[in-house]
Amino acid sequence: MAVASPSTVMNNVEAVRHTLYEALKNDERTLVLGEDVGARGNVFLITKGFIEEFGAERVIDTPLAEASIVGVAIGMAMEGLRPIAEIQFADFIYPAFNQIVGEAAKTRYRSNGDYTCPLVIRTPYGGGVRGALSHSVSIEALFYHVPGLKIVAPSFPSDIKGLLNAAIDDPDPVLFLEHKKTYRLVKGEVPSGHYTIPIGLADVKHPGDSLTVVSYGLYVHQAIEAAKRLADEGLSVEVIDLRSIRPMDRTTILASVRKTHKLLIVHEDNKFGGIGAEISAMVAEEALFELDAPIRRLCGPDVPAMGYALPLEEEFMVSTDEMAETMREMVRF
Amino acid sequence: MTITMPQLGETVTEGTVAQWLKKPGDAIEKYEAFVEVSTDKVNAEVPSPVSGVLREIICKEGETVATGAPIAIIDEVGVEAPAPASEPAVPVVANATVAPVVAPVAANAPVATNGSSSGIHSGNGTSNGDLRRFSPAVRRLARAHHIDVASLRGTGTNGRVTASDVIAAANEGPSAAMAATILREPVPTQTMAAKAATQPPAGTSTYAEPVPGTIVPLSQARKIIAKRMVESLETAPHAWTMVEVDVTKLWRWRAQEKDKFLAEKGYALTLLPFFIYAVVQSLKKQPLLNAKFSDEGIHVARDYNIGIAIGLDTNLIVPVIRAADTLSIGGIAIAAGTLIEKARAGKLGADDLNGGTFTVNNTGANGSILSKPIINGGQAGIVTMEAVVKRPVVVDDAIAIRSIMNVCLSLDHRVIDGTIANAFLGDLKRRLEAMKPGGDL
Repeated sequence: MAVASPSTVMNNVEAVRHTLYEALKNDERTLVLGEDVGARGNVFLITKGFIEEFGAERVIDTPLAEASIVGVAIGMAMEGLRPIAEIQFADFIYPAFNQIVGEAAKTRYRSNGDYTCPLVIRTPYGGGVRGALSHSVSIEALFYHVPGLKIVAPSFPSDIKGLLNAAIDDPDPVLFLEHKKTYRLVKGEVPSGHYTIPIGLADVKHPGDSLTVVSYGLYVHQAIEAAKRLADEGLSVEVIDLRSIRPMDRTTILASVRKTHKLLIVHEDNKFGGIGAEISAMVAEEALFELDAPIRRLCGPDVPAMGYALPLEEEFMVSTDEMAETMREMVRF
Repeated sequence: MTITMPQLGETVTEGTVAQWLKKPGDAIEKYEAFVEVSTDKVNAEVPSPVSGVLREIICKEGETVATGAPIAIIDEVGVEAPAPASEPAVPVVANATVAPVVAPVAANAPVATNGSSSGIHSGNGTSNGDLRRFSPAVRRLARAHHIDVASLRGTGTNGRVTASDVIAAANEGPSAAMAATILREPVPTQTMAAKAATQPPAGTSTYAEPVPGTIVPLSQARKIIAKRMVESLETAPHAWTMVEVDVTKLWRWRAQEKDKFLAEKGYALTLLPFFIYAVVQSLKKQPLLNAKFSDEGIHVARDYNIGIAIGLDTNLIVPVIRAADTLSIGGIAIAAGTLIEKARAGKLGADDLNGGTFTVNNTGANGSILSKPIINGGQAGIVTMEAVVKRPVVVDDAIAIRSIMNVCLSLDHRVIDGTIANAFLGDLKRRLEAMKPGGDL
């Protein structure tokens, strides 16, 4: 079992694996459960070797029954364990919707605080990997509306470790989203030892003056790339990585908008009723008189799914070129 | 397309065609100046919004029409000449109407939106309908920094004024913001001066030859001076007060320094720079006098830009010493000397004339010992320095001969009351009386 030495370079999938391993090793209450997490070691090999080291009681292969995975995990969480449930692909989460929204999110409220539900649900999401209709979806907006749920979507290895640790520590349910295209694409330094990053704290990944770009997931990396291109042209763009989708870090967003006076939101999930809509509304409510340009959103189109055919997938995804062009227009506006 | 009288400044309601730079049949490039328009604020050459041929001049030289009223028709290159208007009821705000003759727009008609079907901006210069929509940030910043946003030259898409433009203008100071524009905030002090500057100032009188028994026609500058004086007196309730200042020691100091100063710096060291220096210090203590009344509140100026009234043989002109609070007495002397030289040579530019926040009038230069000046519109007060006169005065129960100067203040009573005015004059008096040989120039 590979264990990280101080500040190791990892990719995102290694960061998840490393953090889960440490959690299982250091806290007996933790366990993982999901489809193929045991003998198969997860479809991305995140939990490979875990079942041999920690045993089948803490690394549980489940049936293909997402409602059961989450439902069982809720019970474990309410009774003092720290289950880390896995939905193999976010596209499969729908059967668990009732358990997540109707049960987990309401546990603390319904029991008047007698019970909490310290549950983490991890799931790979997102497209751009030729995943077609059943392996490409973004599900955050479906759960965004639900009070009682936290949603995090870090996309840098060090953020993944800090936020996954925070999610495991959190006394309430956390939906932990991992963009599958960043799994092996994104590498970075990960500090050793246990640390957490507070849920609800965004991070300015590329500072700038003339435009605020808010994003998360894969698109943060593209937005940073686009911002670097614009920097070469003398245009200064600030890229904020939300990291936590809910709760939203209003402070960081507003501080940036007050500086740049312009806001672009970029996310892969569909535009209508998406995360960007809420951020737009928040900024319009809190900082209308800071705005020097209409707020804009670059998001997934309103189509039922991402097609398999390459042109369909490309049509769905926002390219770095598109981001750069929109940024240019907005900076110059 | 029909070219309309541009709105040169937010509050301007009419303009006079000063001179046609093109005649019918002449080709005009886009952005090429084709007519010179004068308003009570500025003379400006108006750039053509399109490339084409000047078909018809509607408004002759010397005619004054409301902003938005048609003044000419330009046939655009590549666009067929429009047929005569078939619809008689053209909305007056549609300034892109193709009707060759349209009744003048009411003076207070709202700024027209750009209705040009060709998508080309219609003829009111940069005051295009789209461009006059300002973002919330621009409005807020402009208000906070007292900047006339309509006067800024935008650097955004299609010339839009951006928040950065407002911030940049604010950083340069309100005066600079104005100077950077082609369209200005009304600052009447400079208005008449600006007017004079745009005409050859030295040697060109605002009067025609006064022949007894005849009427002297009013020049444009004379009209403006007349209008502004009446406006100032009508809108700002003038109160007046005066103090006597003992400048004996100051006079001696200046006498000791003036030859050396002239030799070293090349400028005369008059009493004026000492006076302006003291005025600025006193204004700092009473910032409400360095201010401007408006219905939304009193705009307290950020800068101390002191206008100095200079009487020429033919005209009155009020150039501005910018950021006078950053200058020493010697620095003010050089700045004032430079402005006076420029004024006499007729070389004052718009930058020299804009943005005054308070005015000093050296009425004593002509021997006056008492005057009641009219405030320059857009300011809160004007102070005069009267002639220095030797008078017997009582000092420590003895009669002494001292050099006395009266200092008169007219103030806008809407802005301040007598308490502040007298505090200002008292402070000014103390500062002037404290000036003595050996001080810092």
